[in-house]
Amino acid sequence: MDITVTVNGKTHDRLDDEDGPGESLLFLLRERLGLIGPKNACEQGECGSCAVWLDGVLVNSCLVLSAQADGCSVRTVEGLASDTAGPLETSGASRVPGTSGALHPVQQAFLDTGAVQCGFCTPGMVVTATDLLERLPRPSDAEVRREMAGNLCRCTGYQQIVEAVLLAAERMAGPASPEVGRP
Amino acid sequence: MTAQGIGTSPARTDGPAKVSGTFVYSSDLSAEDMVWAATLRSPHPSALIRSIDTTAALKFPGVLDVITHADIPGRKLFGQMKVDQPVLAEDRVRHHGEAVAVVAAVDLETARAAAGLVHVDYDVRPPVTDAATALDAASDPVHPDGNLVAHTRIRRGAAQSGELPAADVVVRGSYSLGMQDQAFLGTESGLAVPTGDGGVELHIATQWLHVDQEQVALCLGLPPDKVVLKHAGVGGAFGAREDLSLHVHACLLALRLNRPVKMVYTRTESFFGHVHRHPAELHYEHGATSDGRLLYVRADIVLDGGAYASSSPAIAGNAATHAVGPYAVPHVQVDARAVYTNNPPCGAMRGFGTVQPCFAYESQMDRLAAALGMHPVEFRQRNALREGASLPTGQVLDSPAPVAELLERLRGLPLPAADPAQPAHVARGVGYAACLKNIGFSEGFDDYSTARVRLEVVDGALLATVSSAAAEVGQGVVGIQRQIVATELGVHRIEVRQEDSRFGTAGPSSASRQTYVTGGAVREACRRVRADVLALLHESGAELPSPSWQLHEGAVVDDAGRPVARLAALLGGRVIERTAEFHHRKTFPLDPETGQGNSSMQFGFAAHRAVVEVDRELGLVKVIDLAIAQDVGRAINPEAVAGQLRGGTVQGVGLALLEEIELDGGRVLNPSFAGYLLPTMADVPPVRVEILERADPHAPYGLRGIGELPSISATPAVAAAVRAATGIDLDRVPIRPDHLLAGLPDPAQQ
Repeated sequence: MDITVTVNGKTHDRLDDEDGPGESLLFLLRERLGLIGPKNACEQGECGSCAVWLDGVLVNSCLVLSAQADGCSVRTVEGLASDTAGPLETSGASRVPGTSGALHPVQQAFLDTGAVQCGFCTPGMVVTATDLLERLPRPSDAEVRREMAGNLCRCTGYQQIVEAVLLAAERMAGPASPEVGRP
Repeated sequence: MTAQGIGTSPARTDGPAKVSGTFVYSSDLSAEDMVWAATLRSPHPSALIRSIDTTAALKFPGVLDVITHADIPGRKLFGQMKVDQPVLAEDRVRHHGEAVAVVAAVDLETARAAAGLVHVDYDVRPPVTDAATALDAASDPVHPDGNLVAHTRIRRGAAQSGELPAADVVVRGSYSLGMQDQAFLGTESGLAVPTGDGGVELHIATQWLHVDQEQVALCLGLPPDKVVLKHAGVGGAFGAREDLSLHVHACLLALRLNRPVKMVYTRTESFFGHVHRHPAELHYEHGATSDGRLLYVRADIVLDGGAYASSSPAIAGNAATHAVGPYAVPHVQVDARAVYTNNPPCGAMRGFGTVQPCFAYESQMDRLAAALGMHPVEFRQRNALREGASLPTGQVLDSPAPVAELLERLRGLPLPAADPAQPAHVARGVGYAACLKNIGFSEGFDDYSTARVRLEVVDGALLATVSSAAAEVGQGVVGIQRQIVATELGVHRIEVRQEDSRFGTAGPSSASRQTYVTGGAVREACRRVRADVLALLHESGAELPSPSWQLHEGAVVDDAGRPVARLAALLGGRVIERTAEFHHRKTFPLDPETGQGNSSMQFGFAAHRAVVEVDRELGLVKVIDLAIAQDVGRAINPEAVAGQLRGGTVQGVGLALLEEIELDGGRVLNPSFAGYLLPTMADVPPVRVEILERADPHAPYGLRGIGELPSISATPAVAAAVRAATGIDLDRVPIRPDHLLAGLPDPAQQ
């Protein structure tokens, strides 16, 4: 069948999945559209490295058939930075390599807390953290750990990742006030 | 302190690409006209191969080529220490998942489907699966020369002449550990590209280009200059990228097809495609005096090396030399053996042969402390190694060994507040453990590194370029090189080039050695550049500069820090380029009978404290507090140090409570992340980090290698905490819920 999918705002028409009707959305993104941000680390939804948004819902793209994305809008880690390029231009955020865009506050926080080592989990972590902060703008340490337990990292021991999410939350939502502070 | 220099924590330069998803890992590579390859693996742990029929696979539409052992043009075996592992299985398979054939096709799905069409006629044999009996005469030999891979003996003090002395307190124990996997997230992957002149380039995620390149060329039967290996982005390593995986397969297919060939292992394949941490059985006897002094240790260690040797000989050596831990013991008798079985091959993993004995000796230390009525920390401190003490090898520690202080730091940390709402069936326990680990390759191996530093003016500004072949596996060695150049040359604009196998070797990103050894080479190259700058200054008419003058903030500065000359003006259009090799202190082989010898260039020391809560109804353990104290000599990048310490600690927690490759008759039962459980964010608390910096006068900047230490003592600390919470005498990791439920009194009966 023909698949039409909008990825990071760009529409791809009549993508033919004839060669592999069982192909995943992850395969479509990586191998057919050349988006290498979503990572393939387990192909069974255990590690979160391939996390993307499908019509605004966080999914493990390895578990979604490409045909299920027909007519849908997909947002990947590559689509994050441009979202906020304007306001961040003056905030001292790092640039996305090879572009004029500035990093999303979650991406910048990962750099600032040393949350990146090998980095293979990082795109999935960044996407999942961004999704979390859209739903829960001021999470506690325990809430971050519970909400992001579907994303595996083998290098960092997680603490600096949790710190990055909390730092991004503070920068995006402002410092916690006693009213919104969580136990 | 120089901005961006050593002792600061500059952000990773690969960070922006990694957080934005544009960093290119080996699995992200592609090339025009590229084809894919997939591997057929043995379903049996042990079988003879009667025949391999590739006819059906070759006829499958889209298939371009199939290779088997018969197609290997050069050496058909590989192995870093012992050449015993077939590139592709020949007349038999020795472990579940062994590679038998590789299929190249126009796309990945076709290659995978066609691999299933290669017909292998197996004569299935009973596998050897028990390491403890693999050396018995009745056991089938896994290899023609028998099942002993390596045997390292240590005989110290009275053990050299015969009887160990009588002790006031004797504690005996037997311990075992399951098979742990490195579980890096980026699976084995690479892209082989034919160069058109009969040669091939392999872009590969590896820990050491040069040892791979040497083996690939031999197996391809090509002169070394026809095979070039290039670093591709690495998604974690932890020892699992020390041996060859798909290297020869991809290169050979690329040469035969004259097209680029890409291979990427699935997660399941990855469990079969690399070595794991050796499972071990350890039998210990400790003797101590009634006032709490260790008198002797007797240890018998059997490591299950699986089907091929990999680095088993060095791992047996490490298990023996580290068998008593960071304690002074006058009389030591250790036998550490690595054996062949038909279990999956085992080799390097973070900690490299020291993790297994640490679980055993630290368990023994707690039992001894209990027998003596002493606090576990005080008993350890009373016996702790310190500078000037001798190891079981006779090697004298000639730099700081602050083991007692590390434990003191941990003991001084506050404990989490008791939870008044805690139900009665949840019990809390606290455990301590300490460890040591050799840094760099030992026993006479000269694992040197090469670095080149270039200084010039480009576009009106100073630019320093540092080149080495050091593998960036996530640990941050690219940034470390940059920091050293910033400190030594006082330059802000620095480029780091990751060179290919045509450049001099950097040695591996293994054995916690890369900052020490490649860092040492970069420092030496910088100092040669500085000497050239000072010579240039003299030539330009200045008075004879002192060799102690430094380069700082773009200027030559004298001993008082006063600028003498601007570097950019002095250089003009000149380029200064210097290359240096760094060879660490000479080490020596162990005496084969007594295990005596100065075998290691440096040791690192660490300790952990773990606090757990055990649910006595469910048998579940929750780690609620973790702390590590480690002597790092000098923290070149404190934030990166903390990241290593936390990440290693969590891997150790994984071994204590979750991680095990489960086997049944040699077959792997759980080759996936659904079956092999890694700690998640929700499974671990924050890790408190206490960093000591006691300079090693023999090392560059006084630094100690750090990467492996944190993963060693975390495991026994967690086990000790679980024992303290439950009173159960646990002797195996990972600890399973049924271990706890079986040993607990039934709460309903209380």
